[in-house]
Formats: sequence, C-alpha cells, structure tokens
Amino acid sequence: MDINKTLDAKGLACPMPIVKTKKAIGDIESGQILEVVATDAGAKSDLTAWCKSSGHELVDMNEDDGVFTFYIKKG
Amino acid sequence: MSVKTMNVQEIAKRVVNKEDLFVLDVRNEDAFEDWKMEGDNFEYLNVPYFDLIEGIEPIQDKVPTDRDVAVVCAKGGSSEFVAEQLVEAGFDNVYSVEGGMKAWSEHLEPIKIADLKEGGELYQFVRLGKGCLSYMVISDGEAATIDAVRMADVFINFAEEKGAKITHAFDTHLHADHISGGREIAEKTGATYWLPPKDATEVQFDYKPLEDGEDVQIGSSKISVQALYSPGHTIGSTSFIVDDQYLMSGDILFVDSIGRPDLAGLAEDWVGDLRETLYKRYKDLSDELVVLPAHYMTNDEINEDGSVGKKLGELYQENHGLNVEDEQEFRRMVTENLPPQPNAYQEIRETNMGKISPETEKKREMEIGPNRCAVK
Repeated sequence: MDINKTLDAKGLACPMPIVKTKKAIGDIESGQILEVVATDAGAKSDLTAWCKSSGHELVDMNEDDGVFTFYIKKG
Repeated sequence: MSVKTMNVQEIAKRVVNKEDLFVLDVRNEDAFEDWKMEGDNFEYLNVPYFDLIEGIEPIQDKVPTDRDVAVVCAKGGSSEFVAEQLVEAGFDNVYSVEGGMKAWSEHLEPIKIADLKEGGELYQFVRLGKGCLSYMVISDGEAATIDAVRMADVFINFAEEKGAKITHAFDTHLHADHISGGREIAEKTGATYWLPPKDATEVQFDYKPLEDGEDVQIGSSKISVQALYSPGHTIGSTSFIVDDQYLMSGDILFVDSIGRPDLAGLAEDWVGDLRETLYKRYKDLSDELVVLPAHYMTNDEINEDGSVGKKLGELYQENHGLNVEDEQEFRRMVTENLPPQPNAYQEIRETNMGKISPETEKKREMEIGPNRCAVK
C-alpha cells in the first residue's frame, strides 16, 4: 500500500485524533492513503464511524501493543 | 472560554429524583444505541462530535435554551470541545459531563436499605450507569460486602467512614458482565474472599469456598449471612439471606426478570437448575423476604427512595419469569432469543478468575455498555 501522508496522533485524546485526521485528509487527493497512528482506544470506533459518515474508506487497521494504525483512503 | 461542567453525582441525583435533563450525547451512533445515561425525564439528542468539528450549525436549532443541557461523550474530552462551541454560540445552559460515560459507568450511589438487629445496617450501592447492585452489611465495627463491583476503594472508604473494617467479601457467583471488586477488597483489607467453589474451579488465587448452609456472623451483634445454593445463572450461584429478612439473589432473580443461564456457555445444562431454584428452592422461602438482586434492567425497577428490591411474595405474583407453568416454555424462554451477551464477557470472566490482569484503563473499556444478565 502506498502511503501518501502519515499523521502521528499518539498520546492525543478525543477529540484531537479526529480533528487532526480531518485536517490531514484535506492535504491529500481523492484515492490517496492517509496513515493515522493513535494510542487512544476510543479512536478505533470513532475513526470507523467517522469514515463511514464522511465518505472515506477505512482500508485497513491494526493494533500493536496499544498503538493503533489506520489506513484511510480519501473518498 | 471556560465551559461549565456537571459531575456524575448531579446526574445520579436527577435520575433518582426523576428530574429533567437534556442530554446531548456526542459519541458515535452505535455507542449511543447500545448504552446511554437513562433517566425517566431525560430527553436525548445524539450527534457524533466528529460531525461538529467544523461548527455546531447542524444542532444549533435542536438544542434548547430554556433548560440544562448536559453534553456527554466517552471520556469527557469531546463533550468539552462541543460544549465550548455551544457556549461561544451563546448558550449559557450547557454543561460538559466530567469524565463522560466512563465516570458515569463507575459512579456508585450508596442507599441505606435498613437497620438490622442490634444497631447493624444494610446498604445497597446502586451503579446507575451499568445497573449493578452491590451490598454492605455493617455491624459493630465489622463489615461484609456482597457482589462488590470493581471500584474497591469506594467500599473500603465507605466502611471506614462508618467506623467499620471489612472482614468478609462475598460474591454470589463468578460475574461475566462486570469485574468483581471482591478480591481487591480482600487484598487491601485482609478480609476473607468467598466464592462458590463450583464457579471457581479455574481461579488462580486463594479464596474461601462458600458452601450451602454456611452461616457467617458479622460483628459481635451477630448479623447472620447465610448461604443458599441456588444454581442456574452459573452452576455455583449462591444466594444469601441476611438477618433472616433480606435475600441477596445475585443474578438468579431480579425484580422484573430472571437470570440468563448462558453466560458460561452452558444454557442447556443449567436451565433445569435455574427452574429448580426459582420454582422450588426460592418458593420454599418466606414470602416476606425482601429480594435484593445484583442487577436491575430499567429505571422502572427503582423504588421511590432510589433503592432496588421487592418482597419475594410480590415477585411470585408479578414477575413473569416466575410464572411460566410449562417447563418447555420456560426452557425456550431462557435459551432462545436471548439478548446479546455483555461486552467482553469472556475477558471479564477470565479477569475475575485471575487468569488475566488487565490495566485499569483496559478494565474500564471491558466494562463499557449495559449489563445483560437477564431474560424477561
């Protein structure tokens, strides 16, 4: 997967991971991939729901020792 | 601009007094559907905070200006973010709920149930956010907990305030919907932790096996806590009769429903036990016993004083689960069309067995959501 931009949201609590994700996705083109790295467990369900409501696609997600990585394809 | 906050004690007060509140829940829709702050006179608006990042225009006309509005999210960060914007837009009746649903889930409201013999007291701890009920018997400087929930310090401090030391911590069964505080209380106070041995075959720590007929005295004034084997929700489920007047029924019998037999994966095996307990063992007890369960499901079950409990005789009249004559129909009722299982119930069981020891933050996440221990 080609990653076009990476956002480090580690250590941030709600609502900041999504606020920053929203800003970062404005910097890439439709079809490109944004990688978001976060540590807030709430980011998992919120990013999933946010992608759904805002027309982006959560392509993949993984968790490693409390660090969540999300791959979002801009809609 | 600073945002006014509302603490969960205030919300608990409004639930108990049936006061009104406008709840603006900014968690995502699934989370709201699954579980929210329930109040008889609460009104709700659910719009996820991420739909309000650009501004509050989507909700500006839907938020009232003439009464208190409590903005709530999972932990209190996003609600503050949304409340701030509402304040900037001129709303002066908006509060952010401190600590969010996490704090709501952990809040315990202690309510005095009764004075017992010779100066003893019985308290019920109502966990409004999850519908869990715990108990404390206090007598002559000694205290015992029954089905204490995870927040062990609340019980330890409460006993201390009453000038008592917790000497016994009982669990009616191995819980699957919430993490027990019994073991932590025992570790911190030196109390004896009692578990029914049939539920404890896999536990990884020392406990005292609770056998049918066991009679434990609390304090020198001899308040008796008598164990009554009553399987069905789990194979070990044990009830307690306190001071010959109160029946702590655990997750076997609730005020408006009965226990479900499937949370340890053995619905078919345990349905017979459940029927035997409800239709025979309990039936042989005095109608005058006040049933004090480990859960309630809806606010309708809360009495006027904020407590939950009802006389056994009345439950035999009113509770549908106690009035299914046909055994096959009963079997179907408790094994088919069951509500979804509680969040993370397997991990919760493993935590209660001492097989895993998650961090506090992880434990909180595991307990998110309503309790789902009953069938109606």
